[in-house]
Formats: sequence, C-alpha cells, structure tokens
Amino acid sequence: MSVRMLESDLPICFSQVGIVSGGVTILNDVSLTFLGGAPTVLIGPNGSGKTTLLKAAMGLLPLARGRITWAGQEVSAPARRAIMFQHPAMLRRSAAGNIRYALSAAGAVRAELERRTDELLTLVGLESLGARPARRLSGGEQQRLSLARALARDPAVLFLDEPTASLDPAATKAIEDVVRSISARSIKVIMATHDLGEARRLAGEVVLLHRGAVIESGSAERFFAAPATEEAKRFLAGELLI
Amino acid sequence: MQSLKTLSRYLMAFTLGAMVLSVASCAAKNEKTIVVASTTSTQDSGLFDYLLPIIKERTGITVKVIAQGTGQALDTARRGDADVVLVHARSEELKFLSAGESLKRYPVMYNDFVLIGPKSDPAGIAGLKKIDQALQAITAKGATFISRGDRSGTHLAELNLWKTAGVDIDQAKGHWYQSIGQGMGAALNAASASNAYVLSDRATWIHFKNKGELRVLVEGDTRLFNQYGVMLVSPERHSNVKKVLGQAFIDYLISPEGQADISRYRVEDQQLFYPDANDPNA
Amino acid sequence: MQENVSALQLVLTGDPALFAIVRLSLTVSLSATFIAALIGVPLGSLIALTRFRGREPVIVVLNALMGLPPVVAGLAVYLMLSRSGPLGRWGLLFTPLAMVVAQTVLVTPIIAALTRQTIEDLWLEYRDELAAMNVGPLRRVRTLIWDARFSLLTALLAGFGRAAAEVGAIIIVGGNIQGFTRTMTTSIALETSKGNLPLAIGLGIVLVSIVILVSALAWGARRAAERFAG
Repeated sequence: MSVRMLESDLPICFSQVGIVSGGVTILNDVSLTFLGGAPTVLIGPNGSGKTTLLKAAMGLLPLARGRITWAGQEVSAPARRAIMFQHPAMLRRSAAGNIRYALSAAGAVRAELERRTDELLTLVGLESLGARPARRLSGGEQQRLSLARALARDPAVLFLDEPTASLDPAATKAIEDVVRSISARSIKVIMATHDLGEARRLAGEVVLLHRGAVIESGSAERFFAAPATEEAKRFLAGELLI
Repeated sequence: MQSLKTLSRYLMAFTLGAMVLSVASCAAKNEKTIVVASTTSTQDSGLFDYLLPIIKERTGITVKVIAQGTGQALDTARRGDADVVLVHARSEELKFLSAGESLKRYPVMYNDFVLIGPKSDPAGIAGLKKIDQALQAITAKGATFISRGDRSGTHLAELNLWKTAGVDIDQAKGHWYQSIGQGMGAALNAASASNAYVLSDRATWIHFKNKGELRVLVEGDTRLFNQYGVMLVSPERHSNVKKVLGQAFIDYLISPEGQADISRYRVEDQQLFYPDANDPNA
Repeated sequence: MQENVSALQLVLTGDPALFAIVRLSLTVSLSATFIAALIGVPLGSLIALTRFRGREPVIVVLNALMGLPPVVAGLAVYLMLSRSGPLGRWGLLFTPLAMVVAQTVLVTPIIAALTRQTIEDLWLEYRDELAAMNVGPLRRVRTLIWDARFSLLTALLAGFGRAAAEVGAIIIVGGNIQGFTRTMTTSIALETSKGNLPLAIGLGIVLVSIVILVSALAWGARRAAERFAG
C-alpha cells in the first residue's frame, strides 16, 4: 500500500446535515469537518447516529437537509473511500474470493489480483483461511475479512463501524494494530465505537454524538482529560444518556 | 475445478441448443404430410395404427391423426387446422357441408354400437333385440347409465337412440344418467368402475382392456349401425389446406384396395369396420 | 407400440417407440425450460432490482401465474397458433414446437417469480456492500445472479418438473399425434382412456423416475451451494 498525499476526498465537510428515515430524524443539523491526520473516533450511545453519520460521510445516504462535500465536491463517487460495516455481508464465495471481488470492483489489474489478495489476507491475519467459504468464517474472522475488503480499495479515507464489536481481546488487539499501521501510512481513519477504552487507545480526535446531534468534538486528549459539556461528563462517567 | 464447471456449462448449452434446433426443424420439415381430424373412438379402435403404415406405403403420405370428439374434430376443421375430417355423425357432417366448410362428403365404412352393461344386469335387458326396449327398461329401472356427453358421434348417436325409444332424456334423466364429457375409453372406464350401462362402438369395446364385470348385452339392431364419412376441408375456405394430398388420402379410402384393407382389420378375430363407399344411402 | 407386452418389458428392452416418446418428452420440456430461463431470469432480476409504478401488482400477478392451469395456457396458445388465429400462417399447431411454446408460457412465470424472490432477498443482503464497493448496476446484476446460482438452478428444476409433469397444455396444442407429438404424459392419458392400464402404469413409472431424478439434482444443487459458497 502506498502513501496517500494528493487526490483524496478530504476534507469531508458536513454542513447542517439532516437525515431522515421512515419519518424519524436520525441526524439533526450536524456540522462537522473531517481533516487528514490521526484517527477520528465517533462515540455515543446506541442509536445516537454513529452508523448513519459514517454512511453519510461515505456518500451512501440521501440528505433531507444540508450538504456534504468531499474535497469541495458535492457529488463524489466513492473511489478513494471505503467502509467496513458493523454487520458485514459476506459474498457467497471464499474469503479470498471476497477480496478478489473487492479488488476487481476497485479496478485492480487481473495480473495483480493474486498477489494483492494474499497481501491483504496476511494483513488481517486470515492467510490460512483464504479458501474457506466466507459465510462459514466466525464473526470475528468475517469482520477482519470485511476490513480486508475495504482496504482492497486502496482508500485515502477508511470508515470503520464498530470494527472490534464481536472480537475477543486478542483479535481486538490485532485489529487495533492494523488500524494504527494504516493510520501511520497517512490513511485517514474515521471509526465508530462504543468501547471507550478503544477510543482512548486509538483516537486523535473525538466526536460525541447523542440523538443525532454532535454534543462535543475536538482533540481526544483534551476531551478525555476535561470534557466541556454536561452530557460528555456524564457519558465518560459511565452514565446512560437517554 | 473452474474449467470443469465451464466445460460442463458449455456442454449443457450445446445439448440444449441442439435439442431446440431439432424440435424446430421438425416443424420445418417438408414431408408429404396431412392432418386428419378424426374421433377418439376411431383411434381407440386401433384402426389408424393398422391403416396408417399401409397408407404410407401405398401413397407415400404421412398421416397425422388428431383424435378428438366429433364436435371438436369438426371445429378443428372449421378453424383450418386440419386438411381432412373423418367422423361418424351424419347430421353434423351434412351441416358442415351445407355451411360450405367442405365441398363433398364421401361415405367410407360403418361399424356398430353395442349396449354394454354389468353382468348383474339390473335393468334385465340382456339379449334384447330392440334397442328402444332396452333403453326404456334402463329408464324405468333408473339404472346407472354413462353418457359421453362430448358432442361426439357416439354421443349424438346415443341421444338419437333415446329419442327413438321415446325417452325425453333431458326430462327423464336423474342422477342415474351421468354425462362425463369425455371419450369412449373414459366412459368405459367409468362404467367399469361403477358397474353401469354404456353405449360403445364395438371397436373400442373389443380393444378395451379394463372390462371388469361389463358384458355386451344388446347388439345387432340396425339402428345401432354407425356410419363414417370423410371430407376434404374446403381449400376455398382455408388456403393452407393440402388439397392434393388430402384428396389422395380420400381416394385411397374409397378405392377398392382401401376398402379391402379396411375390411381386413381384425381385433381378436372380429371384423370391426365394414366398407360401404359405394352405398348411395350411406 | 405393442400392447400385450408388459410395460416393464418395454422399459427393460428399450422398445424404440417408448424411447422416442421419452426423448420427445425430455426435448420439449428441456427446451421450454431453457427458453423460459432465458426470459425469466433477466425478467425476475429486473423486477427485483428496479422500482417502478405498479411494482407490487406486477409481483402479485407474477406469483399468481405460477399456478396458471396448464389447460388454460394450452387453450391460449392453441387460439394463437390455430390457422384462424393471429399466428396461424406459421402453421405451428400440432407440432413439437407448439408444445415447447405452450410449456414455455407455463414455466416462465415460475422461473421469473422464483428468480425475483431469490434476487431480491440477496439484494437486500448485498445492497450496502455493493454500494460501498461502488459496483455499477450491470455488474451488480451479474454478481447477484452468480452468487444466487444454486437457488436459481433450483428454480429451473422446479420449472422443468412442472413442464415434464403436465399434460393439459401439450395435449391441446400438440394433438397427441402418434410418432410426432405424443409424450409420456399424453401417452399415459391415452392409454388410461383406452383401459390399457399396465402400459399407462409403466409409462408412469418412467415419468416418476425422471421427476425423482430432477428432485435429486435439486437436492444436489443445494448441497453444492452449501459446500462451495457456504
């Protein structure tokens, strides 16, 4: 994987974005900017809109209000962005087949497919499971495969939705290591997690969401040391935000 | 593994393609064939199985027989879907003729009907010489009677016989008279299954394999004779009619050789069809 | 075909007339299923993946047509192909091709409806991922059809089973002409009506064996699906 400096979708700017689904407002007047650099971690209770925000930033959702721009463009095909969903769907093929598909969809050259597939399998620790039908992998293995699929797109921005939610501590560490190494190669990571410990470990920047609105955002160091808002304090203290 | 899958897929596609082509080519083949609409009783008698190879030999014509009820056969001819029609319902044939659907009717042969019934014979008609007496007895007893009810030659003959017996079958019929709307074989099956009376042509009866308790109870009355007529569908009505081949088929049937062939047809040593092409009253 | 010979004897000795009947049955039903698949799979996929006005009623009608009575299909095709009908000049009535047409009419809704269900279900599962991978519409369809291929094969086998088992359509448009349009099912109908039950039963056994074979293939397809694709 190469270092990305130019040709990325950053900055991603949310400008008073509202998203409605089935009559319910999921995101309410969200204004945010994602810049390059250290990982940005979205935190907040379940249902606060983290997944929706990630999908919107990926460009997958229609907006009810406001607008999103990628490097200043309003309509942008997701060529240099990739997302890993919380509940990834496995294609009915082998693990390697899934990665090959993602590579091919991203325009990889046929001659390169084998090599890059092996590379990606090894990166996420699935090198011995390449031939297994993807749907028969364990939950954690499927999540790792989903990460490999996202990386197959050679993205400049990588969205991760609860990437370690169903993993045991060992697997969690493995994934977090991968995230760190990706970030070190100047790929912007934007991830959602409900694990505050993970947020502390990985975040350069934190965004706290509650009921579809941004409560607080800013540098992770400052946020964890001295949260500014009431909700943030209560959330960090472990209380349920209703 | 992948190449094996691809190979088998190509093989399948090829086979199917070949099949489709062979089916299509059947339709396009330019043999000397004609379509003859005839009746299920004639087919069930086995006459065509015997006669068609002989016709092929003598005239080179491949005859495709569509066996339906008389009403349906004449209807098929009216729609122009047959070249020749060979049925046994004189009144219907004459109607067909007068409507201009054909230009000429040729008598060919006759066979006869027999009244079939269970060995137990609840109406007591066994051995009667007159069909009207038999039918009256059945009505009086209310014994189960199976009717084809399909506008076929046999059905029309049956209706005629009730009239001859002075029975207004529309009035008199109760649940003992069962109209099944199907061919002779099905009617015989139904009669066999319910030990009922049924009117059948002799040919189908002899050929029938499922006789059960049924026997021939009444036969020989001249009113039971069943005349066959053959007609070429009018080429003026339907330009697609193969008039040369169709006429050749008819000419064979009424020729001395054809008539002799017909009389030679035997099932269980019994002659089924009696040629009468030369009978002016047929 | 001789009638005093037992049906089993005919089957075992490979009587050529019986063989011709079986071959015609398979040819007609396989051809019809093949053509129905060429029409039904794209049609079902299209309905599954596009939104249009009246989509729900179309799906309801398509599902209902799975139960189209064969005699009705036969009658409709008969009226079309009859010399007095709109396509009369093609002279297709009472030919094997007419039988293929009638069975195609019967089988296409089955394949289309089952395809639609299968593809739609898979689409719901794949939608987010395929969108995230920026997969274009044409490629999406190819991916869905390929990944669903075993279920689609089951749909094809269901269609074939329906075609092989029916008699109402082909007897009307084919005319049950000996040596030309007589198939297993129409022969069984004929022999039964002639009271020639042993022969009818023999044919029935052959037909049921084929149906069981098809069922075994369908089962094999499901197992293959589990093994290769999970």
